Amino acid sequence: MSEALKELGDHIAQALPGVVSRTEMRLGELMLEASADKVIALLTFLRDDQKCLFKQLIDICGVDWPEREKRFDVVYNLLSLKNNQRIRVKVATDETTPVPSAAPVFSSAGWFERETYDLYGVWFSDHPDLRRILTDYGFEGHPLRKDFPLTGFVELRWDDVQKRVVYEPVKLAQEFRRFDFLSPWEGAPQVLPGDEKAQEKAAAPAPAPAKAN
Amino acid sequence: MGVMTPAKPNTAAEAALSRALNDELADKGFVVAQLDKLVTWARTGSMWGLTFGLACCGVEMIHCWMSRYDLDRFGFAPMPSPRAADVMIVAGTLTNKMAPALRKVYDQMAEPRYVISMGSCANGGGYYHYSYSVVRGCDRIVPVDVYVPGCPPTAEALLYGVLQLQKKVRRTGTLVR
Repeated sequence: MSEALKELGDHIAQALPGVVSRTEMRLGELMLEASADKVIALLTFLRDDQKCLFKQLIDICGVDWPEREKRFDVVYNLLSLKNNQRIRVKVATDETTPVPSAAPVFSSAGWFERETYDLYGVWFSDHPDLRRILTDYGFEGHPLRKDFPLTGFVELRWDDVQKRVVYEPVKLAQEFRRFDFLSPWEGAPQVLPGDEKAQEKAAAPAPAPAKAN
Repeated sequence: MGVMTPAKPNTAAEAALSRALNDELADKGFVVAQLDKLVTWARTGSMWGLTFGLACCGVEMIHCWMSRYDLDRFGFAPMPSPRAADVMIVAGTLTNKMAPALRKVYDQMAEPRYVISMGSCANGGGYYHYSYSVVRGCDRIVPVDVYVPGCPPTAEALLYGVLQLQKKVRRTGTLVR
């Protein structure tokens, strides 16, 4: 399976020189990297080529790397039912550079790109209807970005005078606490009875496995 | 375990009551009762629950009407329309986006109306208390009569909440609310 995927990766890299900037095999899965302006050519090839036939776009999602110059990855997960194979395509971008929409290639891409836009703020050019899909109406910010605070900026309640739901700045009765269970005073050592056996086994040479009859 | 066994009726007292009622009926041809007691008795015997299932608590709420616990025997029937319902069961996580819709449905219910908040999320945000998208308790949106704790509460716990609500209605119920 992974041999076939490796061959497939070589085939794609040969067929599209200059489009695939990197291929990687890890944990038995194939990953391709492409630049934003080449991704449509790559996706079209993956869909139509007789050795690929990745006719299903399973998901488009995003990754935020705040320390990188191009902080976002847009990840396309593809499935080939014909060849029983999966492949992953990654495109790096930032807050301002749009990625061309994959909606003309895969009809399922429309809502996936709306979701990626909603949660990460990645722009997709030539998208038929790029607006928020999951968050509240009038929501501001992109919640899955690493710099978005956990509790957000607004909370809401029913105002009995105005007779409508009003938004107010977040006021928490108690701050969110994150416990460091490795620190010696914040959490009890989580040693379960029997854990010491693993330590002993690692120190002593492994016993010969019992012969099964 | 788990199945409620009804308390044994006080047979002697009930027999005496029914005899007195019968005597009064045979004697005068009518029975005197307090109107507000009668109204609350009728009200508690026919509460229709608006099934506002928002998350996994909704499944537990459905269990409550199924054969093991059978809420119907308390006259507590599921009613998907807010116009005909008396009690709204908010079962599950109330998100910011859903909150105006919840309030609209509540406003469409006829008085007297009651709200049961079911599960940690509806009570106070629960697991999602610190989330950017979840209302920290449905009592920020609608007035709540009974809180049922749990994550999710068992069907039995919700049934107990319903009984508590009936008790509350019997105690505080008036003709005007």
